Amino acid sequence: MADTKAKPGLLLDIRNLRIEATVFPPGEPPKNIVLVHDVSLTLEKGKVLGLIGESGAGKSTIGLSSMGYGRGGVRITGGEVILNGRDILKGGKEGFRKLRGREVCYVAQSAAAAFNPAHKLMDQVVEATLLHGTATRAEAEKRAVALFKKLSLPNPETIGERFPHQVSGGQLQRVMTAMALCSEPDLIVFDEPTTALDVTTQIDVLAAIKDAIRDTHVAALYITHDLAVVAQVSDEIMVLRDGKSVEHGETHQIIKAPRMDYTKALVSVRSIEHGEKKPTPKPLLSVRNATAAYGGGVVKVLQNVSVDVHPGQTLAVVGESGSGKSTLARVVTGLLPPIAGSITFAGRTLAPRLAERSKDDLRELQMIYQMADVAMNPRQTVGTIIGRPLEFYFGMRGRERDKRVAELLDEIEMGKGFVDRYPAELSGGQKQRVCIARSLAAKPKLIICDEVTSALDPLVADGILKLLLRLQEIEEVAYLFITHDLATVKSIADSIAVMYRGEVVRYGPKSQVLIRPFDAYTDLLLSSVPEMEVGWLEKAIKGRRIGSGGH
Amino acid sequence: MLDIKRIPIPALIGIVLTTLFVLAAIFAPFIAPHGNGEIVGDVWEPMSAGHWLGTDNLGRDLLSRMIYGARITLFIAVLATALSFSLGAILGFSAAVFGGWYDTLLSRLVDLLMSIPTLIMGLVVLSVLPTNLVTLILVMGILDSTRVYRLSRAVAVDINVMDYVEAAKLRGEGSGWIIFREILPNALSPLVSELGLRFIYAVLFLSTLSFLGLGVQPPDADWGGMVKENKDGIVFGIGAALIPAAAIAALAISVNLVADWILNRTTSLKGGRG
Repeated sequence: MADTKAKPGLLLDIRNLRIEATVFPPGEPPKNIVLVHDVSLTLEKGKVLGLIGESGAGKSTIGLSSMGYGRGGVRITGGEVILNGRDILKGGKEGFRKLRGREVCYVAQSAAAAFNPAHKLMDQVVEATLLHGTATRAEAEKRAVALFKKLSLPNPETIGERFPHQVSGGQLQRVMTAMALCSEPDLIVFDEPTTALDVTTQIDVLAAIKDAIRDTHVAALYITHDLAVVAQVSDEIMVLRDGKSVEHGETHQIIKAPRMDYTKALVSVRSIEHGEKKPTPKPLLSVRNATAAYGGGVVKVLQNVSVDVHPGQTLAVVGESGSGKSTLARVVTGLLPPIAGSITFAGRTLAPRLAERSKDDLRELQMIYQMADVAMNPRQTVGTIIGRPLEFYFGMRGRERDKRVAELLDEIEMGKGFVDRYPAELSGGQKQRVCIARSLAAKPKLIICDEVTSALDPLVADGILKLLLRLQEIEEVAYLFITHDLATVKSIADSIAVMYRGEVVRYGPKSQVLIRPFDAYTDLLLSSVPEMEVGWLEKAIKGRRIGSGGH
Repeated sequence: MLDIKRIPIPALIGIVLTTLFVLAAIFAPFIAPHGNGEIVGDVWEPMSAGHWLGTDNLGRDLLSRMIYGARITLFIAVLATALSFSLGAILGFSAAVFGGWYDTLLSRLVDLLMSIPTLIMGLVVLSVLPTNLVTLILVMGILDSTRVYRLSRAVAVDINVMDYVEAAKLRGEGSGWIIFREILPNALSPLVSELGLRFIYAVLFLSTLSFLGLGVQPPDADWGGMVKENKDGIVFGIGAALIPAAAIAALAISVNLVADWILNRTTSLKGGRG
């Protein structure tokens, strides 16, 4: 495909790109902020450039500028974007219309939100091709089916007849890639295409995208925050921070020999050293044969689960979405009473229902949520949020309470100045810290951490994990750590429970769980976690024993 | 904290007008040049230095009647709105928090009440019960509270599933804390905008009832009643009925301007600091 244009040469040349936006702070005159500071990059035909950085680094903004698009009031105010030898910024509206969907295509992060639920997949896949009149409908559909086949979608001939909700998330993401490839563009912008997927699904999508890029000789900008992912698909990597280019080089060099400190930090993320603690004879929390179901016992989401958490230690519960790991947390907290099994906590048997538990049971068992911004009342200040458990459990008032709040803020490495702030005035990492402080205020013996780092940027998540480990040393608190991220597990767990379809398939101390031989599912899970190594993807695909569930 | 220069002009207009109405209502006996029922001149005298707004169908001073009317209108509307909001919001929030049969029972009861047109319901109830201020306020408040119940339940159901409410439940907080400290502050914005509207509906409903003769009884009159008293004059080219009508309109607009402004201020999640 696109063979006529496959001769080597420069495809995209972005020079001194400057992107600005106007912000309207309430009560102040509107002001301009610069989102991208004079970034330059070049991309040859058939090559893949990875753009990597934290949220707010400007990677999506730069990616979209290659099709002359500024999201939500963002303006391209300087520089040139030269595609196929002409500056597309000078083309005007008509020029953009000819360019988008034909020369440059876009693959969005959330395929589920990007497809129109009212139209069949095939109609949406061939839409751009037909609009630009580059092929007849029959040709376009033939091409689409070939792409479905290449992207290893099930039933390539008929999958186009389905509606978006009738295929899984991973499949939808591949259909979206087919949509981008269908009009045979010269350049595709992938905007975090695998971030919202489970690890076991991500690897399939990643492999499909990589194959498709290789076979169609299309060039690509691959935007992600995950260095390990980008290392698998790209030839070059550009590291961005605060709208500036930090480092740009061959993938191999960035991974193996990063030059800048920021890149080094990104490469070495999740390399926390954590010595494993031995299980104690008396576990703090012990779940025995817990079975739980939704819908009045019809849908069993947890079957016969037995795990122990030891005082001052961390049990990590891993699994993909739908494996029942969050349900386990709901059962332990009493939000979902189990239909069978028992929970023993600190020597006493816990009542199955939340309403029947004593105040001490509630106090000693705290929870931290994945989305810190919805876990805090947006109408309460940090002082109220942290101070409430102190009032509620210990009856602290006035100065005594304020003093303890200040101590807790110190413990989570935030200063006194935050007491009067509202959650909307905090960054993502700070919000999660406040949530940690709120649960610590209750002086708990066990904290359930439900995916506490998955909504955070890698470096911020790293800080949170280090904080949690430090607090464990000081406060002797145990964690039940729910996550789908095995790198996190390796850095903080003492024991691990692997869950699959509501059952614990592997359970034990970390050193035993992570040692061969693995059962089939654990093997799949472990081998699906991207490693920061060029060529890992091919090795992992070859070495797999079972396919992913396709969630 | 509150800088007058930063209040937008529409809100300022609303605040000034609303304050004027409220002051007139509170200090009616001191401001009004004549008594409420006092006949001071001819029927439907035009505006003059003696009677700024002229006289009404019985020769009473219209300005004085308007000022006393403001008192009755605002008094009934404020109390009825307060009743409908406390009743509707508390029942709506608790229905969302407790759920189950409590929710079903309340919701169906409210549906039942809402299925009967408000005006017909009001007419029937008021014609059976003795017509005094307490009944009037109770009937208006309870009928209006069904609307408030629907809105607050809908808003609270959304908030009730947020993680911070779950966190409060896990902490062991009682329903009081959850309703008043977790849900209420977050439901305030839609409720405040509804408050402005509901208040005006109360004024209009009261006016309608009085116009039909079931509201405030003579010799007292609210603005709606005054429209009724003077409506026959319109045929003879006398605008006395338009003055209370204009007052109702002015009150409706100004109260909503204030409500809009409060709404804008309370939607900020950063404590108004920007």
